[in-house]
Amino acid sequence: MSLSPNDPSTLDETVLSVRDLRTDVATPSGRKTVVKGLSFDLKRGETLCIAGESGSGKSITALSIMGLLPEPMARVSGGEVLFEGQDLTRIGEDAMRRIRGGDIAMIFQEPMTSLNPVLTVGRQLREAIRAHQDVSRSEADARALEMLTSVRLSEPARRLKQYPHELSGGMRQRVMIAMALACNPKILIADEPTTALDVTIQAQILQLIRDLQRDFGTAVIMITHDMGVVAEMADRVIVMNHGHIVERGTVADVFERPSDPYTRGLLDAVPKLGALTGIDTAPKEADSSQPPVLEVEDLVVRFDLHGGLLNRVTSRVHAVEGVSFRLEPGETLGLVGESGCGKSTIGKALMDLVAWEGDIRIAGTPAGIGGAQQQKRLRRDMQMIFQDPYASLDPRMTAGDLVGEPLVIHGLASGSDLKDRVRALFERVGLPADAMARHPHEFSGGQRQRICIARALALSPKVIIADESVSALDVSVQAKVLDLLQELQEDLGLSYLFISHDMAVVEQVSHRIAVMYLGQIVEMGTRRQVFENPQHDYTRRLLKAVPIPDPKRRRNVFDVPTGEIPSPVLPLGQSVDRLRYSDIGDRHLVAVS
Amino acid sequence: MTADAKPDAMPETMTETTPDRPMGVLARVLRRKLAVFALILIGIIVGAAVFAPLVAPFDPAEQFFEGLTLEGAPLPPNETFWLGTDLLGRDLLSRLIYGAQTSLIIGIVANGIAVAVGALVGILAGFFRGWVETVLMRFTDLMMAFPALLLAITLAALFRPSLWIVAMVIAMVNWVQMARVVYTETRSLSEREFILAERAMGAGLPRILFRHILPHLLSTILVFGTLGISTTVLLEATLSYLGIGVQPPTPSWGNIIYENQTYFTSAPWLVFFPGIAIIALALGFNLIGDALREVLDPTQKGRH
Repeated sequence: MSLSPNDPSTLDETVLSVRDLRTDVATPSGRKTVVKGLSFDLKRGETLCIAGESGSGKSITALSIMGLLPEPMARVSGGEVLFEGQDLTRIGEDAMRRIRGGDIAMIFQEPMTSLNPVLTVGRQLREAIRAHQDVSRSEADARALEMLTSVRLSEPARRLKQYPHELSGGMRQRVMIAMALACNPKILIADEPTTALDVTIQAQILQLIRDLQRDFGTAVIMITHDMGVVAEMADRVIVMNHGHIVERGTVADVFERPSDPYTRGLLDAVPKLGALTGIDTAPKEADSSQPPVLEVEDLVVRFDLHGGLLNRVTSRVHAVEGVSFRLEPGETLGLVGESGCGKSTIGKALMDLVAWEGDIRIAGTPAGIGGAQQQKRLRRDMQMIFQDPYASLDPRMTAGDLVGEPLVIHGLASGSDLKDRVRALFERVGLPADAMARHPHEFSGGQRQRICIARALALSPKVIIADESVSALDVSVQAKVLDLLQELQEDLGLSYLFISHDMAVVEQVSHRIAVMYLGQIVEMGTRRQVFENPQHDYTRRLLKAVPIPDPKRRRNVFDVPTGEIPSPVLPLGQSVDRLRYSDIGDRHLVAVS
Repeated sequence: MTADAKPDAMPETMTETTPDRPMGVLARVLRRKLAVFALILIGIIVGAAVFAPLVAPFDPAEQFFEGLTLEGAPLPPNETFWLGTDLLGRDLLSRLIYGAQTSLIIGIVANGIAVAVGALVGILAGFFRGWVETVLMRFTDLMMAFPALLLAITLAALFRPSLWIVAMVIAMVNWVQMARVVYTETRSLSEREFILAERAMGAGLPRILFRHILPHLLSTILVFGTLGISTTVLLEATLSYLGIGVQPPTPSWGNIIYENQTYFTSAPWLVFFPGIAIIALALGFNLIGDALREVLDPTQKGRH
């Protein structure tokens, strides 16, 4: 892109022009430049995606343009942001406030924190409109209703009277978009707008942004780490790394002919749904003579919700309803589904972290029977890796102590033996031995997850439950952690229960897959059976909704039915209808309705 | 007090703690100027209490004839009585030095018991939930709603007043706030993922409670515990004033203030000096608590 700002043919088209933008952030070790000489032009009606991993400076760029930097901790130290002849970095806060929300609007990742929890949706919309337009109250209300209708929110008139907590995440993001677009902005900056949402809801929101952009002619700057979203949405792409632009061009150019090694690495690391189509992967030791390492029969988990004057049980969350599956030695079973489907609850029930009913056998030994010592013994065969490595490590302990803790708890090692075994575990997961004395906050996200993996390996378990274990990591780091997990499986014959919402990752690692919906498995089979021949409606819908990081395969319309996922909360006395399964061949189980 | 301490203390942690060799807790505390100052304050007070008979210039109970003016008014600070005399002509400095014994016992023993009981109740209620939580926290609420002074008076009336009984009474009244704060923090801590991870590993209750939850509560307990010192010293003073505290002529900083408060305008030193003593004690413990909190928190190490 070599657009000259003086070129008359581009001048009338360009709505925003960023020239050599530099942003500094104050850190305890001194001033650090996090955006280093960023320049780009945004044309009317186009979608520009700024892609990059965490720490690339992409969100700081958005905040710099909007004048929303947390000063004095961060400030624009150079360059200009030209919008309609004004340099936004130099105009005062009053002038900026008129532009912000009026001409340039922004939506954030987490809609709940962007909405005021004590005001109704209608009032917040009305105030947003009246802040920028001189209209009467009733005119503003009418406009609010019109906007909620245009973002395809169900029952818009009722939503106006509701509070943010009464809406689901997807609905809140729709409200945020309605609010952002209410004043007909020329530019919409969307910072990871769908990252916190489920895939089917993400598809709906992406489709909505596309449609509204076409109808309103808004230019969109979309900031995302998800190359799938980039490929589905972008006209032009900027790839950022450590505050620099490393690659820019049309979406086709960037994906097909990436010139920068960083971009190439990033694109290679992205798991692509359908990448393994036609390839058979059987677990290494598919030895049917060995008993399954994990058998789950009719697992049920329900949570009571209390309410009312006497704090009685008023309703129940039917989190898991009659789930059965088996895990063979050396096998990975992928458990997929959207938030609230009960997949994480299954992991917790297996680790005995929530009360459950049913029949669980770990390496042939029934769980939930016998005293505390017997239960503790079972932990040695099954361990768990959590989603957020930072949250699951006690911040006050050193990495060495954390990894050695399971051995201490189970009385398996002490003194120099303990130290040697911890050192071996560090080596095993690819961490330097001198890292043992450091605390969790001194590590990067990927290294922390390695610590968690080392800790899970300490007891030499047969099964590891990985609950969204790579979801919080950047793709390049994610790829390395997945490689490590696969390597460990091959070397140690581990079995994984891999719980994830990310279909592409699950496809990459799983031998068999179970799809969950509302507490029950709707389809289960080998990877090829489920991904290449999905039978259940829900499985198909999930697969369709996943953004594909390949602009050639971009769909013009996300064919996803609108609507929300039903709630698993039922009043007392009401129960869930159990699904029945039919085997359509070779242990490919599909729920029949 | 803590707010003032922060700006000085923070840069030190940034620059100084890149230790290649491990340092003892004491050594790291001693690198902080404010902490050293606090240690000196506490050292003086403790020294005065322990060596009272040696350092006090006079017998604290002796009423000096020359300790009063001819009209019978107390003397302001002078060459003989360095901090002046009280209404009965007793040497204020000596009374303060002996009073340090009482106040330290109250501030440390009574407050210490209150902290321990409160923290234990809070941790148990916050971690176990269910009926343990209900019983303990409703009892805490009951204690909170009950007028502390009335309770103290009743208890003191039931037993013969002595220093130790007073300390017990104060502990019984003061554990409640600590219990509430610790309870709330434990509740949120026990829902954090690393506690879940501990349970998944098969860690037993004592390990979770004492290795993983208690260390995180340390800063709260230290801050509230040191704040409690001044509160308990003043509560002892109130009890003394009502005649159910430390019995005269045994001096305590609280009862010196209460005995003399009505003469504040004519003899301000009688309230001023014991007041300074109480503030010094509270400030000393507060600063030490602050320093310990930072030194003991490994997450502050090498932050960048």
